[in-house]
Amino acid sequence: MADLTTNFLGISSPNPFWLASAPPTDKEYNVRRAFEAGWGGVVWKTLGMEGPPVVNVNGPRYGAIHGADRRLLALNNLELITDRPLEVNLEEMTRVKKDYPDRALIASVMVPCEEAAWKEILPRIAETGCDGFELNFGCPHGMAERGMGSAVGQVPEYIEMVARWCKEATDLPVIVKLTPNITNVLYPAEAAKRGGADAVSLINTINSITSVDLDSMAPEPTIDGKGTHGGMCGPAVKPIALNMVAEIARNPETRDLPISGIGGVTTWRDAAEFMVLGAGNVQVCTAAMTYGFKVVQEMISGLSQWMDEKGYTSTSDFIGSAVPNVTDWQYLNLNHVTKARISQDDCIKCGRCYAACEDTSHQAITMSEDRVFEVQDDECVACNLCVNVCPVENCITMETLPAGAVDERTGKIVSGDYANWTTHPNNPSATAAE
Amino acid sequence: MTTSPRENGIVAGRLPDPVLQENFCDLHAPLDPHEAHVAADRCYFCHDAPCMTACPTSIDIPLFIRQIATGTQDAAAKTIFEQNILGGMCARVCPTETLCEEACVRETAEGQPVEIGRLQRYATDTVMAKGIHPFDRAEPTGRTVAVVGAGPAGLACAHRLAMLGHQVVVYEARPKSGGLNEYGIASYKSVENFAQKEVDWLLQIGGIEIRHEAKLGQHISLEGLQEDYDAVFLGMGLGAVNALGLDDAKVGVADAVDFIAELRQSSDLSKMPIGRRVVVIGGGMTAVDAAVQAKLLGAEEVTIAYRRGKEAMAASAFEQKLAASKGVRILYNVVPIGVTGNGSLTGVTLAYTESVEGKLVLTDDTFTLPADQLFRAIGQTLSAAPRGLEFEKGKIKVDAAGHTSAPGVWAGGDCASGGDDLTVTAVAEGRDAAMNIHTVLMGGK
Repeated sequence: MADLTTNFLGISSPNPFWLASAPPTDKEYNVRRAFEAGWGGVVWKTLGMEGPPVVNVNGPRYGAIHGADRRLLALNNLELITDRPLEVNLEEMTRVKKDYPDRALIASVMVPCEEAAWKEILPRIAETGCDGFELNFGCPHGMAERGMGSAVGQVPEYIEMVARWCKEATDLPVIVKLTPNITNVLYPAEAAKRGGADAVSLINTINSITSVDLDSMAPEPTIDGKGTHGGMCGPAVKPIALNMVAEIARNPETRDLPISGIGGVTTWRDAAEFMVLGAGNVQVCTAAMTYGFKVVQEMISGLSQWMDEKGYTSTSDFIGSAVPNVTDWQYLNLNHVTKARISQDDCIKCGRCYAACEDTSHQAITMSEDRVFEVQDDECVACNLCVNVCPVENCITMETLPAGAVDERTGKIVSGDYANWTTHPNNPSATAAE
Repeated sequence: MTTSPRENGIVAGRLPDPVLQENFCDLHAPLDPHEAHVAADRCYFCHDAPCMTACPTSIDIPLFIRQIATGTQDAAAKTIFEQNILGGMCARVCPTETLCEEACVRETAEGQPVEIGRLQRYATDTVMAKGIHPFDRAEPTGRTVAVVGAGPAGLACAHRLAMLGHQVVVYEARPKSGGLNEYGIASYKSVENFAQKEVDWLLQIGGIEIRHEAKLGQHISLEGLQEDYDAVFLGMGLGAVNALGLDDAKVGVADAVDFIAELRQSSDLSKMPIGRRVVVIGGGMTAVDAAVQAKLLGAEEVTIAYRRGKEAMAASAFEQKLAASKGVRILYNVVPIGVTGNGSLTGVTLAYTESVEGKLVLTDDTFTLPADQLFRAIGQTLSAAPRGLEFEKGKIKVDAAGHTSAPGVWAGGDCASGGDDLTVTAVAEGRDAAMNIHTVLMGGK
């Protein structure tokens, strides 16, 4: 079984699965259960200033999106940072770290955008023995209205400024947690780097209204007839998170900035996908909230099996491996031609590929009297929609036409040469190939 | 007092009352809302869905299941009733395993079809329980139609005609409406007087009068109806039960359909007499319904004797399994050649059969089963068919629109040629004949 020990910013943990700063990491009781279940690390629920504790709504706090069979696809929440006294949290963190020295314990912090506030609290928290800090610049509700959370994360100058204060206040690693509620994630990521942050973690939750109660005419979750946007997380946000992680990982300004990947990690495979796109580890919340802490056992065994199968002996063997293959549209090979292929043995004859292609695509699938579905190569543009709507995995696949074959749709011979939009004759700004 | 199950002869009360109640409760319990949601989620919303093609009434199954999945049972039920006004009964009695559910792509994919029948019942029950009748009657057309038989074909025809604004009088030979839904289906498939409730619900459309104990050829004639009405629909089903050609008059020999009807009409199952050893001759649904219910009433040994092999049996694989699970023994490739007993039946002698060049022949290999009751379930034929009509294979000959050879006379259901003898097929034929009657009455072609 592969060794999953992962080193992130010099912080070693027995596996790359950390629990994200969120309700599951709000107190000692939960965190001890998490470590007993096998989680490699925990980012403690965000600590705030000393003083009157934060106040939460008295329910409900979560909304949800469900898929078939009521599978939870996403949660949204409007819970704030920890509502327990700072001192209680610090005492608990100290005890937990002492009892689990091999696990990562990160303190998530959010205080007002004032130098003194940050510089005062970080050394105090460091006394718990924690391994590092995560600056919560992502929380999109409740705290943002008070000039914290995503209100900071949406202004790159603030990110840079606060990151710098924090690096001046502590020797421990500082991770900046990024909000996805921005136009371009590179701006905050670059700001974090300029401020001296050791890493970024992303994504925080996405502003959302999950549903509307059509009787009370109010967004869910509804509190006394009113609702507000919450932060969305869970499997549905994974594609957004993967893209943002990859953008940072391949951006020349930030490519050496370590990333902790967050956003819908539910299985070992999700974790592996984040990591090959450049994340040094992953943080999980919704999967634990849906299935309990035990879910990490599948992540551990799954990642190990995959590493064994691939011959990887350390997570560092594959972190970032897919980054070179993330490119811009203009560099995609326009000479690469594929066609859909339907396995008649696997086809259950539901006809969804036909409906999708006939109604919404290119009329490239025919249906016979006895429900045999066949791809017409002279119409197929290889859009992949049939593959995506087919309920049987691998029943429809994409076949690459070899060089020299004729693409029946265009009548042209498939070239084995790479050619992209930058050199395409239809591109007004094309530069002639050298 | 309970009679011993081992008592010979045909006696009542072989099982204590609580056991009888349990034995005759709903075969498939209705889905609860959670179960319905889970079941509905499995539907793939297929294009030109195979289940829909397999349904004789062409219910838009993917649409009604999606309507259930999205929490609109009323809309789902309307989708069903638009095609099949007896969708509630069909949800209970359709051999879905050989129709929609056999065609379901998830049967192909996983050997586990979407539970279409139970979902249909969920939707239709929900709406019927609310008392909602989702259709309005059109303005009266001034046209009148006589319908013979208040079974599935006649009711479906009458409802559609009434909905289109025609005035309908239904003539029914029996004291109650419903036809085989009321008299011909195993009790555990239609509990709590569902057949009558369904008729009452259906009649809410208005414009339909049912006259009971009015039998064609006895109280009414086809000529009289043709004279009195603008159109006539014949949907009286089949009557006479085929004889075995043995000593059919012997005490203990009876028709399975009569046994099933008597059981359905019984208000006290502990008073239903049943033999200790029962043999049912036949291979269709009626044979299975009779055999299973004989067992459930407390018969010690129940045997179905069928002249051909398992694969040729008209009762579906599901029905055969149901019979086996209730302790009914099915003997294949056997034919009764004699009965024993002095006055009362004591045994049935059977011979094994062989297929020689496609023909069934008896072998010399014979044996005698002890039996004190024998049910005939080898099919029914059209009895007292009115004169002046053409026939095909013993049934009233109709064209694709359900029209007979006589002007102004349509027919559908079991008495008419074409289609399987199923409730759902009868509904489709009644409905389609109504549409054609409407076209003709309104001056179309």
